[in-house]
Amino acid sequence: MNKVMSNIWMITLYILPALLLLLVLIYIPLGLSAYYGFLEWDGIGNMKFIGLDNFITGIQDMKFWSSVYHSFLLALFSALSLLAYLAISLILASNIKGSDILRKIYLIPMLLSSVAIAQLWIKVYNPTNGMLNSFLMAIGIDDPPAWLAEPSLVLYAIFIPILWQYAGFYILIYYAALKNIPAALVEAARMDGASPWQVAFNIKLPLIKGVFKVTIVLAIVGSLKYFDLIYVMTGGGPNGASEVMASYMYKVAFRSYDFGYGSAIGFLLLIITLMVTFIVRKLTVSDEEELQY
Amino acid sequence: MQRVGYVVLYVILIIIAIVQIFPLFWLFLFSLKDNQQIFAKSPFSLPDHPHWENYLKAWQGNIGIYFFNSVWISAVAIVLTVLFASMATFAITRMKWKLSKLVLGLFMVGLMIPLHSALIPLFKLYLSVDLIDNPISVVLSYTAFHLPVTMMILLGFYYTLPKEIEEAAIMDGCSVNLLFARIILPMTTSVLSTTVIINMIYNWNEFVFVNTFISSDQYKTLTVGIQNFIGQYQTDWGPIGATLIISIVPIIILYIFFSNKIVEGMSASAIKG
Repeated sequence: MNKVMSNIWMITLYILPALLLLLVLIYIPLGLSAYYGFLEWDGIGNMKFIGLDNFITGIQDMKFWSSVYHSFLLALFSALSLLAYLAISLILASNIKGSDILRKIYLIPMLLSSVAIAQLWIKVYNPTNGMLNSFLMAIGIDDPPAWLAEPSLVLYAIFIPILWQYAGFYILIYYAALKNIPAALVEAARMDGASPWQVAFNIKLPLIKGVFKVTIVLAIVGSLKYFDLIYVMTGGGPNGASEVMASYMYKVAFRSYDFGYGSAIGFLLLIITLMVTFIVRKLTVSDEEELQY
Repeated sequence: MQRVGYVVLYVILIIIAIVQIFPLFWLFLFSLKDNQQIFAKSPFSLPDHPHWENYLKAWQGNIGIYFFNSVWISAVAIVLTVLFASMATFAITRMKWKLSKLVLGLFMVGLMIPLHSALIPLFKLYLSVDLIDNPISVVLSYTAFHLPVTMMILLGFYYTLPKEIEEAAIMDGCSVNLLFARIILPMTTSVLSTTVIINMIYNWNEFVFVNTFISSDQYKTLTVGIQNFIGQYQTDWGPIGATLIISIVPIIILYIFFSNKIVEGMSASAIKG
């Protein structure tokens, strides 16, 4: 038994295809993005080593920092929106009839491609014929803004479809966690005269704390990686007002053909994401819950 | 009093449900309108008569080709992802070797990595082996980047498989390959179907790899293709709506038939166990 299942050739045969793909297409490129960051390179021609220049450019580049700021703002909004999703899940999980079908309806936007969502919401936000402004004009607001063309509004306007898209996903997770709470616990509290609020705050929420922490990491790290939706909806505009880290990197590399600087930004994106992941997990995950992933 | 509260909460839940599906309903409405109705009448009005020709117009672009590419690229990537992930999960959970924990860790860290950080080097890598504007680059990228989440879903299941079964099989002289192909894989069909469906959704909706690696129309998938199509028909809302509906319908049909699997896969992809 032991001999067969610890045969080195067999192990290699089974692990190698996946491991090779992982190393060659994910880990090595990640390492290379740091290396390319030291180069001056237009993607086709010669690569010239220029030391830390790209990284210094990055540190001085206000456009880069504003994209970082926008990414963090979206991460903050996403983390805060979890509270709303949690509240909805609490209602949904309290023996509501039809909760199963409701939660399946909530999940529908999550199944769509970001491109489709972006194109749909471009139409929703259309200044004259869109769903939103038509509605606002119908209720008497005469001059509703052109949401996606307004630098001061665009980031919020982009966040709404994100909220819409992910609602079902987080509600699903919280719902499952809430349903996992032993009914006897809730029953016992009720018998002792606890109100529904007390049951929610003193029994249910503490019991799903672990799941909540995991979703905070998911929401924050996920937001730092946003690309498709923003790329399609605004391309980072108007005038960089909705630029995020990934879209800025993409623009520098594949639109301005500055692959060296693009790689440096890509590498900074990696470092920032990993650092934030680490910090958020340190702040939220206690020792016994370590390795929950 | 409690009854009133219950009704209020119920109404909130139903309003949220409407918010979640109304934009899609509105999309369907304008996919059946012509420009005159769209620009002259209320966006909430029903089409005078359904303009199905919008769908014809959408289909006459390259949507047919994009659709076909989405199907086969997704399918090939799914087969590779699920097969390789199963093999790797089998090796990690059932076989005995020193580095298994470390390798598992490598896969799990892969869950957190922003793919955009790897994009430029990947582009350069494919360029150097002449795979740019070749769908193989997309298939390989889908497979590699979806291995971690697929393995995460599989892991929980593999840990629960009883050791006795494989012990008995090995005692009877069954080889590792037979054990994997004939005994383990069939036992995991339920969780395998979950991973297939989750990968289907991911691959069908993927955008950035195709947008970066593919330039010819003949290899583009739906997400990138509709993006081009819409660029050409900017003011023609009807065909744009029709195109979006065409890209959405397969996923919705999948959801109608496999909603439980999708729900299960979505939660498993987020939180282990």
